[in-house]
Amino acid sequence: MDKRTTEAAVVSELRSGMTIGIGGWGSRRKPMSLVREILRSELENLTLVSYGGPDIGLLCAAGKVAKVIYGFVSLDSIPLEPHFRVARQTASIEAVELDEGMFQWGLYAAANRLPFLPTRAGLGSDVLEYNPQLKLVKSPYEDGEEFVAMPALELDVALIHMNRADEGGNGQFLGPDFFFDDLFCLAAKRRFMSCERIVPTRDLLSQGSLHTLKINRTMVDGVIEAPGGAHFTECPPDYGRDEVFQKEYAATAKDPEAWKEFKARYLDLASEAEYQKAVKAR
Amino acid sequence: MKRFTRAEACAIAIAETFRGDGEILVSPIGNLPAIGARLAKLTFEPDLLLTDGVASIVATVQPVGGAEGPEPVVESYLPYRSVFDCLWSGRRHVMMGATQIDRFGNQNIACIGDYRKPKAQLLGMRGAPGNTINHPTSYWVPNHGTKVFVEKVDVVSGVGYDRAAALGERASRFHEIRRVVSNLGVFDFDSPDHRMRLASVHAGVTVDEVVENTGFELVIDGDVPETRAPTDEELTILREVLDPNGFGAREVKD
Repeated sequence: MDKRTTEAAVVSELRSGMTIGIGGWGSRRKPMSLVREILRSELENLTLVSYGGPDIGLLCAAGKVAKVIYGFVSLDSIPLEPHFRVARQTASIEAVELDEGMFQWGLYAAANRLPFLPTRAGLGSDVLEYNPQLKLVKSPYEDGEEFVAMPALELDVALIHMNRADEGGNGQFLGPDFFFDDLFCLAAKRRFMSCERIVPTRDLLSQGSLHTLKINRTMVDGVIEAPGGAHFTECPPDYGRDEVFQKEYAATAKDPEAWKEFKARYLDLASEAEYQKAVKAR
Repeated sequence: MKRFTRAEACAIAIAETFRGDGEILVSPIGNLPAIGARLAKLTFEPDLLLTDGVASIVATVQPVGGAEGPEPVVESYLPYRSVFDCLWSGRRHVMMGATQIDRFGNQNIACIGDYRKPKAQLLGMRGAPGNTINHPTSYWVPNHGTKVFVEKVDVVSGVGYDRAAALGERASRFHEIRRVVSNLGVFDFDSPDHRMRLASVHAGVTVDEVVENTGFELVIDGDVPETRAPTDEELTILREVLDPNGFGAREVKD
């Protein structure tokens, strides 16, 4: 089946108020071309679920977000995501801050169609204090131990970015870490994967070993070819993080004028192609 | 001239927190923690597992800050998912930072002020809740002061001994805050109710100086010893092998 589509077609399917999971980790292999398409849309009141990076910062700064579910939000080389900090410090979003492992367990529970999974992570910490919706569960066996019953993080939509994919939705990561992108797809009703390059299925194994083929086509509804689609986050081995651009982005959190300028120059554009052109023209 | 710097004293104190750990994954967060953990591996704890900070476990011990070292030998693969598996299995000792820490070792890296509208959003919970309830945790504080060592932390990210005790013996059986190392001294929780105890002061630091810079009452029993001084061999390793560009001294000044 040919599942090729475009950022615009994907985002036209989304609705305000949806819960959207975004793959990658921090400022690493984020599906940024899809994030940029959301920035160009009328969508609002989104709930975002992410090992957060500039995906969260940008969408918060653009006023698209009602709630963020996260373990951290970081730009890696810049440890604190400045736009996200503004959103938190002005209480413009609802925050559900979890332990990183609890977060994985929530995705895994949703992926397995379970209401929750038990974990020790969170016990004794203020994660439970500030998230009263989280409940404990007692082991039914002799030990009788109590655990956090991490509820399933069910997603309306998952967005991920891979290095390679085929037209049918088989995805391939070629960098050092796959992160949790499979769980985002398995936890979601609709799943969209951008990639650096679409290749014929028979060429996938010439790109990387069998073990790099971690996304199969049952996990994906649409494939978008988006060269540079993870910019300015890193997407090794295709490219590293654009640190200069990231610094420029981060600096705009301190200055509304600079943000306005950044937005006009890079975000209020007609398409991803225009964005890539603006980046190259720097 | 002094034989060793404060940063070097800290590196020794950090290395000592990993003594006896054997064949487990060590995750030191920060420059001096990385230096200390690598020093431990090169001297008295050769079986420790250390990563390259990305997804490889590296058998060789590399210098910090990209200085020239041996050709790295990768011994295994450890993406984030495997880090979680490892930490849930308990075969790990992490050394994290702490924006705030209290007398029972409760640590805050999440935010300052009210969680619902913080004065300053920090890193977030990250892995602190899961780390502290699953395996040994130590803390590194390069800027010992009353803003860090506080009566009460604003948010509990890493679980301290009073919170662990409240969970009961079974739920807290994997909880251990091994030590806190700061630029002034070394602290443990070897007191009857696991309150923070001043275990040693670094060379050139007085007990009064530590007390003045701590926002709660420390347990101090008897004469407080000085942190173990580095041996000549350790100083050579620190200066010539692990940190030739002096990253440690940038984190802690004399």
